[in-house]
Amino acid sequence: MEVYLDNSATTRVLPEVAELMTKIMCEDYGNPSSLHMKGVQAENYLRYAKETMAKLLKVNEKEIIFTSGGTESDNMALTGCAFAGSRRGKHIITTQIEHPAVLKTCAYLESEGFHVTYLPVNAWGQISLDDLRRAMTPETILVSIMYINNEIGSIQPIELAGAMIKQINPYTLFHVDAVQGFGKARIYPKRMGIDLLSVSGHKIHGPKGIGVLYIGEKVKIRPIIYGGGQQMNLRSGTDNVPGAAGMAKAAELLYHHYDSDIINLYQHKKYFMENVRRIEDVRINGLVPGKPDGEGTAPHIVSVSVPGVRSEVLLHALEDSGIYVSAGSACAARKPQPSATLKAIGVEKPLLESTIRFSFSVYTTKEELDYTLREMYDKIPMLRKYQRR
Amino acid sequence: MFTAFLIKYAEIAIKGKNRHLFEDALIHQIKFALKKCEGKFLITKTQGRIYVEAQGEFDYEDTIGQLQHVFGIVGICPMIYVEDEGFDRLCETIVRYVGDVYPDRHKTFKVHCRRARKNYPKESMEVNADLGEVLLNAYPELSVDVHEPEILLNVEIREKIYIYSEVIPGPGGMPVGTGGKAMLLLSGGIDSPVAGYMIAKRGVKIDAVYFHAPPYTSERAKQKVEDLARLISKYTGPIYLHVINFTDIQLYIHEKCPHEELTIIMRRYMMRIAEHIADETECLGLVTGESIGQVASQTMGSLIATNEVCHLPVYRPLIGFDKEEIVTSAKRIGTFETSILPYEDCCTIFVAKHPVTKPNVNIIRRHEKNLDEKIEEMVKTALETDELIVVQ
Repeated sequence: MEVYLDNSATTRVLPEVAELMTKIMCEDYGNPSSLHMKGVQAENYLRYAKETMAKLLKVNEKEIIFTSGGTESDNMALTGCAFAGSRRGKHIITTQIEHPAVLKTCAYLESEGFHVTYLPVNAWGQISLDDLRRAMTPETILVSIMYINNEIGSIQPIELAGAMIKQINPYTLFHVDAVQGFGKARIYPKRMGIDLLSVSGHKIHGPKGIGVLYIGEKVKIRPIIYGGGQQMNLRSGTDNVPGAAGMAKAAELLYHHYDSDIINLYQHKKYFMENVRRIEDVRINGLVPGKPDGEGTAPHIVSVSVPGVRSEVLLHALEDSGIYVSAGSACAARKPQPSATLKAIGVEKPLLESTIRFSFSVYTTKEELDYTLREMYDKIPMLRKYQRR
Repeated sequence: MFTAFLIKYAEIAIKGKNRHLFEDALIHQIKFALKKCEGKFLITKTQGRIYVEAQGEFDYEDTIGQLQHVFGIVGICPMIYVEDEGFDRLCETIVRYVGDVYPDRHKTFKVHCRRARKNYPKESMEVNADLGEVLLNAYPELSVDVHEPEILLNVEIREKIYIYSEVIPGPGGMPVGTGGKAMLLLSGGIDSPVAGYMIAKRGVKIDAVYFHAPPYTSERAKQKVEDLARLISKYTGPIYLHVINFTDIQLYIHEKCPHEELTIIMRRYMMRIAEHIADETECLGLVTGESIGQVASQTMGSLIATNEVCHLPVYRPLIGFDKEEIVTSAKRIGTFETSILPYEDCCTIFVAKHPVTKPNVNIIRRHEKNLDEKIEEMVKTALETDELIVVQ
């Protein structure tokens, strides 16, 4: 049996999405910038993609830019806004548990003379609005906060933060990295005070190499890629038509059964956590106190610490049974240093190296979870028996 | 502009009556290496020299690169060759040669002629003097130094006339295949690939064995070892890589033997298994990357303990090397970057905090008796499930 529980790393592309993309790549392969029929045809797919994404986010289609993915969206949002707004101030606020696409970009901006405040998080991975309020200065041009954390699934108070930022300084821009959040929570930038929003295609059963950056119409931003002037001069480069259309198709399908899917996911998460707790001495990270069933956290991410078993070993042991999970997060898993997010929520040192992440998709079944639990019951005691002494 | 190469080899030249065997092996290895390059090459052996001549278009840099991976080659001299169309044409050719190869000609030079074709109208000394004069007239900034010239211009008169002046260093050593075959214990670390390289350099063909311990070591760790084998195979030719699943044996030792002795006993079993495969594949020795005192299992005492389980000689070419020296070699042969990828190998997963550094062989043997019940069967299974990967 193959059970893929690493959906926060990437997801399976849906057949409908692949079909549409194959048609575009093999038949309607024109360049939207071309004047002829083939170009017009391709442009129609691009329009469909922008309209779809705009509709789902309840924004204007002119505010949708296609990028190469979450990382480029984050880079463009931060760098583009920082340089465009540097005359008003050079202060940026973000959190300690952002994805490297944000953290490393902030480090770059620091080297370019910007000041960055990194907000701490509490034991379940949330920032405090008081901290945010205190960090805001008249110099603050940008606040960047992720919607759902990719490692522990904590959800930030985005709507409250958005309102507060605008109340303190209407000129401060608010960027939200919703790479994990899109499709798992209803996100409407205009109602939430969000000026920029990053979304990725391959986390929602769409293709890799495509993402969206929502840029509110009043936002002043500079491009980070120059060239032929596509996408209103903001993001040059031949339009990735199959990618954009594929992503839009995936997003559309995602919203078909949105509410029931989310309920199912939470049920799966609750069921899985209840049964994981039967294993002696395990800990689930990032839960809100008093809410053991996972309320207030992402519906699809469960971070489990299994003392006495190194994460990599447990990962490979489960892999042996066809179960695919992640040690930390895929982006951090190939580096030996322990996860910054787990450290930020105060996970103690021995547990840092004994933590794995399960991430579900709406297509995950109860049978798959039962099989995974059985294999864990079976393997963990054996793995614990053989330890470094 | 260069269309041929003279291959210089040193040690082979002194191997007496076996010399042709070594030369043939070198030609074989050169042919094999050049198969990976664009272009066709004619390889000839005449009068104690090996020539590589490109037949038409070829990639110069790539060809040099491949030749630099062939053990036995001491130097590679890029040459041009021309038909003998009279001395005047030769003068034109040599002037053009110096003009093309040396844009800055504020240098000293000397012409060195070898007249293998004795019916050539001029004697060597005459050719030297006349060509020298022609060059001095063409490029007044040149000057002659017959003792330590910066440019040594070689002119060889055979059926054709060959001109060369540059020597690009080769790796040295002896052609692979002239020295038998050995089994390399290849881990994912920095040392063992270098050890394999060094033994191969003495003309030895290399096969390798890797001990895999899933789920404690990952697929990526195995892939890394395969990648390392591929990097060494650029020098050694195809490597037969045996992947042995070692998990059960390792866990059994962990269960039955004192923890401080785990690594030593584990290594004894690795040696036994490696030797078994070596015997079956006609290898004449084992090769490891050990260096005295580098870790607990590599003290002289520990080496006695791992050595005594083998009847084959165990070659440890790095035995007197410091880590720094090994790293330098690994960087030079191109395995370093791959070796430092952070995947755990099976030697480190259960390592004790304080492993024995002065093991008593008698005690080790006694503790190994704890394994009597199952170990033979486990070793047999490990050997039976040997996964063979041909790396090239």
